[in-house]
Amino acid sequence: MFLEIKDLSVKIENKNILKSLNLNINKGEVHAIMGPNGSGKSTLANVLAGKEDYEILNGKINFKDNDLFDLNIEERAQEGMFLAFQYPVEIPGVNITPFLHSAINSKRKRMNEDEIDNLSFAKLLKSRASDLGINIDMLKRSVNTGFSGGEKKRYEILQMSILNPDLAILDETDSGLDIDALKIVTDGVNKLKTKNNSFLIITHYQKLLDYIKPDYVHVMVNGSIVKSGGSEIAAEIEKDGFQKFQ
Amino acid sequence: MNSETLNTLDTYSKNKYKYGFVTEIDNDKPQKGLNEDTIKFISLKKNEPEWMLEWRLKAFSKWKKMKDPKWSNLSFPKIDYQDIYYYSAPKGFDKKPKDLSEVDPKLIETYNKLGIPLEEQKVLAGVAVDVVFDSVSVATTYKGELEKLGIIFCSIGEAIQKHADLIKKYLGSVIPPGDHSFSALNSAVFTDGSFVYIPEGVKCPMELSTYFRINAENTGQFERTLIIADKGSYVSYLEGCTAPKRDDNQLHAANVELIALEDAEIKYSTVQNWYPGDEDGKGGIYNFVTKRGLCAGKNSKISWTQVETGSAITWKYPSCILKGDNSIGEFYSVAITNNFQQADTGTKMTHIGKNTKSKIISKGISLGKSQNTYRGEVSFLRKAEKARNYTQCDSLLVGNQCGAHTVPYIESKNNTAVIEHEASTSKINEDQLYYCRQRGLSHEEAVSLIVNGFCKQVLQELPMEFAVEAQKLVSISLEGSVG
Repeated sequence: MFLEIKDLSVKIENKNILKSLNLNINKGEVHAIMGPNGSGKSTLANVLAGKEDYEILNGKINFKDNDLFDLNIEERAQEGMFLAFQYPVEIPGVNITPFLHSAINSKRKRMNEDEIDNLSFAKLLKSRASDLGINIDMLKRSVNTGFSGGEKKRYEILQMSILNPDLAILDETDSGLDIDALKIVTDGVNKLKTKNNSFLIITHYQKLLDYIKPDYVHVMVNGSIVKSGGSEIAAEIEKDGFQKFQ
Repeated sequence: MNSETLNTLDTYSKNKYKYGFVTEIDNDKPQKGLNEDTIKFISLKKNEPEWMLEWRLKAFSKWKKMKDPKWSNLSFPKIDYQDIYYYSAPKGFDKKPKDLSEVDPKLIETYNKLGIPLEEQKVLAGVAVDVVFDSVSVATTYKGELEKLGIIFCSIGEAIQKHADLIKKYLGSVIPPGDHSFSALNSAVFTDGSFVYIPEGVKCPMELSTYFRINAENTGQFERTLIIADKGSYVSYLEGCTAPKRDDNQLHAANVELIALEDAEIKYSTVQNWYPGDEDGKGGIYNFVTKRGLCAGKNSKISWTQVETGSAITWKYPSCILKGDNSIGEFYSVAITNNFQQADTGTKMTHIGKNTKSKIISKGISLGKSQNTYRGEVSFLRKAEKARNYTQCDSLLVGNQCGAHTVPYIESKNNTAVIEHEASTSKINEDQLYYCRQRGLSHEEAVSLIVNGFCKQVLQELPMEFAVEAQKLVSISLEGSVG
């Protein structure tokens, strides 16, 4: 099993957020999690990425034959987990080039691969940026600083395409995007998809799933997955809302 | 004992009592303590003319009546001036390590991280080196090139001998010996430092650096530097070294004076990384530095850039007196304190002339149990029509046992002055750390990246070759404070 979440219960500040959640993802699969606000979708993303604010009450997560709880945030990232943030943070004064260059090399180091040199990296970054319709001038700016919502999301996808993760988690990547930006972002994701990597797409609306076709759709309500199935579920939600799952 | 000193002593024995000098001196062990004889001894060893000795003695008599300034936010035991050696050349005479294996391995590790070549490491660590290595010949080559342009670049001692007219005219003209106790002390006992004179209309073609003024010279404890940029000239001067220097001296009190005449520009960059003491706050340098520049002529400009990461105590306010109309003063500063370090640093911009402008960008980063204070004074005198100041002070806290303080004073006697002041204090942001780590950077790498980003506005003011090293230094200064 590629990713196996078993009986996961999580709380933050005395509030139980995830309750006995189960989810299995195989290599090459695209999963979507849909749910109303406050159902725990983003918590799941952050628990997977290793954010330290949460208390794990129960359960196990297995990722690529590792007990995920044995790995810290950066080790999970280096193992090939990528989280496209709902709200990417600004890091003033830090340019994307050295930032991503260090990131990719720390991953390569863990995988016992040779580091990528400055020149090759700069070329790679430029070509991926142009694929995603990102202006070269944007690469000269500080990470996310002064970016519009759409720019930030495109930037996340650029980083994802450089780091080439085994498991990409997209947390509400569609929020705040207009139709054109949504197309660019989802195109980027579709280009990256292979039979060796997997996607976990967290979204509120069905719209995103018009562009990225999931193999499985899960409905999450109140901290647990209440229904799983194919893309027909998304259509159901579009029609009737989350009401009937609650 | 080097040959210069021997010559000096030789001269002394031939001219006995010339300066009424009576104390018996044991040559290998200079006397501790400060009195008129100490000063006479220094002046004699440096073979100085009588007017110089008088100048020193006058400063000393002022010092005796003064108390150390108390305004800073620093706490340290009272300095016992009688328990200090004021002349000890060569430095650390008895205790010099024979080779690098006798040097603290932590120091070597830092040198390696900074990518400093082995031969240079030896010099920095104070290893006795007798091979003549490259930089000395490099220095000589540069010296020849500079001489062709009429640029004078030598030790202050040499300048006192050879350029008495300039020294007499300018030494103490920006920092009068009686300014405060540390300037009086320095004026009385200074032993080394640099002298630079750029003739009218000459743009100095290279960055002048203490480094090229031959490594072996004993700079440090009571350094005195004087830089004069004549009309329409330009010079960029680099002071110090990014590598931590081994030094047995506890107290440093340097004075640096800059004078920019009409249309001249001086850019002065410092990276200060003296020994900061250990993790428990033991040892370390007390660094009491007075740096002041005078924009004497119209349209002149003086720009200070400093990266302060060393010393147990830093007390330093590089300042500009904007006397000439349209003159410009700038101050860019990064001060990082870690463990038990204390820094009280900032600037003073005094607007005297019309249309004078000043700009202050200060970035303070506090880690561990350290205290970091920005202290600044911007004043506009009555005649400073349409003068402007822009000040930006940002503090970054890493952890919750350190302190950041901002103490800006603004005083205006002219109502056409425009003053802008921005200040911010922030803690290193957990979300930023999470974001970086999610991309695969370690906690330490992430902190270093964020701090370097925070300092970028200042670091980019440094000359190219310095900037890269300074960035590495910033990262090294943060080590051990994270996690």
